[in-house]
Amino acid sequence: MRLPPFTFLEPATLAEATKMLADQGPAATTVAGGTDLYPNLKRRQSSPKTLVSLRRVDGLRGIRANGSGTTIGATTTLGEVAAAEVLPGAIRDAAGFVSSPQIRNVGTIGGNLCVDTRCDYINQNEEWRRAVDFCLKDRGEICWVAPRSSHCWAVSSTDIAPVAIALEAEIRLASVGGERVIPAEALYRDDGIEWLTRAPDEILTEIVVPGGNGMRATYRKVRRRGTIDFPILGVAVAVDVDGGGECTSARIVLGAIASAPVRASEAEEFLAGKRLSDEVIEETARLAGKAARPQDNTDLNSRYRKRMVPVEVGRALRSLA
Amino acid sequence: MTATAPRGVVGRPWRKVDALGSATGRAVYADDMYLPGMLIGKQLHSIHAHALIRGIDTSQAEALDGVHAVLTGADLPVAYGIFPVSQDEHALAVERVRYVGEPVVAVAAVDEETAERALALVEVVYEPLPEVTTYEAALAEDGPRIHGEGTGANIHRSNAFEFGDVAEGFSVADHVREDVLFYSGNNHAAMEQHAAVAEMGSDGRLTLWTSTQVPHYVHRTLEKVLEMPAGHIRVIAPAVGGGFGGKTDPFSHEITASKLAMVTGRPVKITLTREEVFYAHRGRHPVLMWVRTGFTADGRITAMHFRSLLDGGAYGSYGAATTLYTGALQTTTYRIPAYRFEGVRVFTNKPPCGPKRGHGTPQPRFALEVHLDKAADDLGIDPVELRLRNAVEPFSETVNHLRITSSGLRECIEEVTRASGFAEQRGKLPRGRGLGFAIGAYMSGAGLPIYWNDMPQSEVQLKVDRGGGVTVYSMAADVGQGSTSVLAAIVAEVLGLEAADLSLVTADTDLTPIDLGSYSSRVTFMAGNAALEAATKLRAMVFDAVAAHLEVPADSLVAAERRVGVDGDPERSVPWSEAVRLAAAAFGPLTASGAYTPPDLAGPYKGSGVGPSPAYSYSACVAAVACDPETGVVAVEKVWMAHDVGRSINPLLVEGQIEGSVHMALGEVFSEEQAFRGGMHIGPSLLDYKIPSILEMPPVESILIETVDPEGPFGAKEAGQGPLLPVLPAIANAIHDALGIRVDELPITPWKVLQAVRDLERGGDGRVGPAGLPDVPFREPLRVELPQQWQEVAAP
Amino acid sequence: MTARLLTLEVNGTTHHIAARDHATLLEVLREDLGLTGTKHGCELGECGACTVLVDGAPWLSCLTVAREAEGRRVTTIEGLAKGPEPHPLQVAFADLGAAQCGYCTPGVLMSASSLLETDPVPTTQQIKEALAGNLCRCTGYIKIIEAVHLAAERAGAASGPGTGGAS
Repeated sequence: MRLPPFTFLEPATLAEATKMLADQGPAATTVAGGTDLYPNLKRRQSSPKTLVSLRRVDGLRGIRANGSGTTIGATTTLGEVAAAEVLPGAIRDAAGFVSSPQIRNVGTIGGNLCVDTRCDYINQNEEWRRAVDFCLKDRGEICWVAPRSSHCWAVSSTDIAPVAIALEAEIRLASVGGERVIPAEALYRDDGIEWLTRAPDEILTEIVVPGGNGMRATYRKVRRRGTIDFPILGVAVAVDVDGGGECTSARIVLGAIASAPVRASEAEEFLAGKRLSDEVIEETARLAGKAARPQDNTDLNSRYRKRMVPVEVGRALRSLA
Repeated sequence: MTATAPRGVVGRPWRKVDALGSATGRAVYADDMYLPGMLIGKQLHSIHAHALIRGIDTSQAEALDGVHAVLTGADLPVAYGIFPVSQDEHALAVERVRYVGEPVVAVAAVDEETAERALALVEVVYEPLPEVTTYEAALAEDGPRIHGEGTGANIHRSNAFEFGDVAEGFSVADHVREDVLFYSGNNHAAMEQHAAVAEMGSDGRLTLWTSTQVPHYVHRTLEKVLEMPAGHIRVIAPAVGGGFGGKTDPFSHEITASKLAMVTGRPVKITLTREEVFYAHRGRHPVLMWVRTGFTADGRITAMHFRSLLDGGAYGSYGAATTLYTGALQTTTYRIPAYRFEGVRVFTNKPPCGPKRGHGTPQPRFALEVHLDKAADDLGIDPVELRLRNAVEPFSETVNHLRITSSGLRECIEEVTRASGFAEQRGKLPRGRGLGFAIGAYMSGAGLPIYWNDMPQSEVQLKVDRGGGVTVYSMAADVGQGSTSVLAAIVAEVLGLEAADLSLVTADTDLTPIDLGSYSSRVTFMAGNAALEAATKLRAMVFDAVAAHLEVPADSLVAAERRVGVDGDPERSVPWSEAVRLAAAAFGPLTASGAYTPPDLAGPYKGSGVGPSPAYSYSACVAAVACDPETGVVAVEKVWMAHDVGRSINPLLVEGQIEGSVHMALGEVFSEEQAFRGGMHIGPSLLDYKIPSILEMPPVESILIETVDPEGPFGAKEAGQGPLLPVLPAIANAIHDALGIRVDELPITPWKVLQAVRDLERGGDGRVGPAGLPDVPFREPLRVELPQQWQEVAAP
Repeated sequence: MTARLLTLEVNGTTHHIAARDHATLLEVLREDLGLTGTKHGCELGECGACTVLVDGAPWLSCLTVAREAEGRRVTTIEGLAKGPEPHPLQVAFADLGAAQCGYCTPGVLMSASSLLETDPVPTTQQIKEALAGNLCRCTGYIKIIEAVHLAAERAGAASGPGTGGAS
């Protein structure tokens, strides 16, 4: 299987990279590890004319702790994130759960935050998609998952995003026009086609993870095998616990059940101000389950994935209690 | 063959002859070949499950720079198929396509990208036909026909037999139990995708290097389809990256690469993508099964009635045999006095199914062993005891005329239950943890060849050079199981050499004498016996010459440690190199050949060609599982496997086959499924088709039982397929022990486990599985007379 | 799409070839450099058969644009042995039957050799984690795990007190 022809640009600085992206226009795309992009290109899910590689861009890779938290450069590999003792365990676990060791050696945290949405009907080669007829996400006019929908239901398949949102991390984006910093949650849109709010000429440069006193967080991933597979459900939970053992606030984020990470707001609100007793955990988990409406477009079935939400949220909370 | 006690290399663990080849990256697989001027071939596939081809326009593709040839079905009009009764395939579809992914057009171009661009320029006009993708649709009398015109049920094969009086057997039973189970289809997923390189020589002879298990059958097919004399065609299997039955059919890409090489005059390589491998398929048939068994109160089987319904996909492939295999081997483990089998294979618009490790027997074995586990509960008898009470005796004959020779079934059962602590722990572990037990048996080679003939199934030739080097010639293809090393061990053992002393020439239809191929677990037994005969003949010549030289009787000599001499008297011996010089001087050319033809084992009825084997291996398995009742996730904690291999020629290789079988079974039981939405494969990739990773693999304790079969080479029997069979039902039975549930439908997904747990909690029987068979027009059974020993049993 | 000069250091040798930008490292190794020891089982990053080392770390050559390997050290299965002397892992794999069909073996060996560089005496769990991206269809992985242990033991014995540590 061959990649489609493209021009491969390797800027050395961020300024060069943003300028290349601006000059090339929408026919260009950024690539870092390429472990998400290249398979999609081989399947001809898209055919960008130019790839702007971020791998050799100076200063984009590395983990720096400072007073208020930790900054992770976008091209820091998932393997490096998983091994970084300075980082919270939840984000290290999430990075370590991504695919395989080989993928984590080149796949980056920025790439995983931006990972393309996935669907049984889109992650197929061109001939396969021609056989069923193309779908909304590429060339077609129908969503095969929900044929009456005008919306693409491809699934957000990032492991890092739910944790980043739960940890209230921030994302830095750069373009020729300057920089902006947004909450991780604001990077995502519940749309399988336009799943990021990042503009085409913007480069995700870093993620800033705040240092949380008293914050406890965890990430759990559901998939068939202990490796290689994308999440079919991700659960990130962060709770701020005060000296008296009470949860002052909580973030419960569900991955891989919609086109964007989903906040289980009702469950979060219920949990706030309570102790993590068995009863509270059970009710929180039940409420979190209400937030999930997965479709049948990943491994296993949607009913199973929905059923697993309260189970996994409950287990996450118990591990934090 | 006599089973001489080995004293050299046989029985010792030792390194395969080619072990460093793959470990250093030097082994050459078909796709590793780059010949001068070689073109790359690619195929265009059907995008319809069922359609008529109304037109193909290849003109734009042909005009593209770098394209050397474009072929369509019209260029390869001769039909073929592995069995004489199923000549229903074409290398490229003719007039009609029958599954998504079926090859329709082939191109040869200067490189892969040009070939792909050319295919994109081909216009195929289809007229879609209604799809047939379910059992019900296939059986409908008023539905479309996949083969032949008009409407009518799409039944490919229908077999029915009755041995003994089943009605009588059920009438005397104290307890009768029925079960319905479903075994889903799955793919071999060998790590190497199929690849073939063809070259037309300036002498007008065609050579095809192909990743195949069966050079001979590819050779025969090329002869037929290319309409060339077989003597003008040479088929070579280079290093083969795994087969498991997936490389035992002649394939479209092998034929089209050959034809493209003929029309372009350039070498042509076609390597399938992983997706194309899933379409080429020939994997495990989905089988829906119904089984009814009668028992006496103390657990003795009085009668069994077994029905299977196979979804064959679009073409025959090995399906005629597969259908029979779903009914043939039940009797090899259990003494069943009255047995009725009915099997039907239907065509559907999906990639063709064929043989995969265990060929048609893992499905009924799964059904039977789960069924017996349930029956043991019904009867209040320990499941191991139930098996022992019905176990087939060595050197007996089954009610369906299968000759049983050596059997270590009882030893396997005793050893595996002892090692696993089965009796102490089953039923006593905390909720969620359980142990399950099952047994199985498999053939050491099919007794009959695929096309009728009375020639040997295996021949081996030996040639000795002036320095004492021995070259072994055999057409058997080593597909990773180590068959070449087994032949080396047998020859080395007889000649008193080390395997490393031999040069092995294999799997080449020009250079090597016939071997039917690496399927049905036949190579160790059949080619092994041929090698044993050849080596024994060669040794006799050498002994005669050395005897004359040493002035001792030839029968006082032994060959060991690279010397030939008087047994126990190192003073009176000569080095092997000297011994062969003496023999060459005495006899001239030092060559020898051996052959193996199985005894005539067919029963007295049509359809008895499937099932007989010169020897059966036996296995018994215990699996330990840990189930999470909240998530439905099942982890296999350990597998114990006792396997009667007759004689272990090389324990490393036998253990490797057991461990690999457990891995493959693990995938089939939990996660691997050739799944479709209509006619579309849901996930033709190694991401979506979930082979267990190293993290899912449990420890395996292998226990090798050696019964020393009287006809096997040094007593050896098979090891490559049998050990897969009991793993699936042992796991299913272990899940029942752990949670009290029954998932009678593979794969056992977390969702099915949860459904069964919920059903049990709500007062149901805790079962998930099919309700029954659709209305299948099974034919009236052929009533077969009982074997002599059973007539005597039945008489009083 | 025109080809450009590509300079790659593979197994200690510098190669200059012309390659198009979208050529993968897998394609360049096999087709341009004739290093066919590196295999492919899916070409989509799902099986690990094409694993090579880049600056000592296992990468999937099917998902690496060859140009990205410029300026880095690439090691393939052909570069694992020291001349005619096989790597201890290669010997252990041969001795224990850890390679059956052998098709996944080069990729497995590259992952395993990287592991032994960082953890000379790995635990079974570390071996499993290091090889979690390499699918094998023949062995059930058991003899692979045993062979990695054996290679580590032998390397330890070879460099242990009395041999390597004396000076």
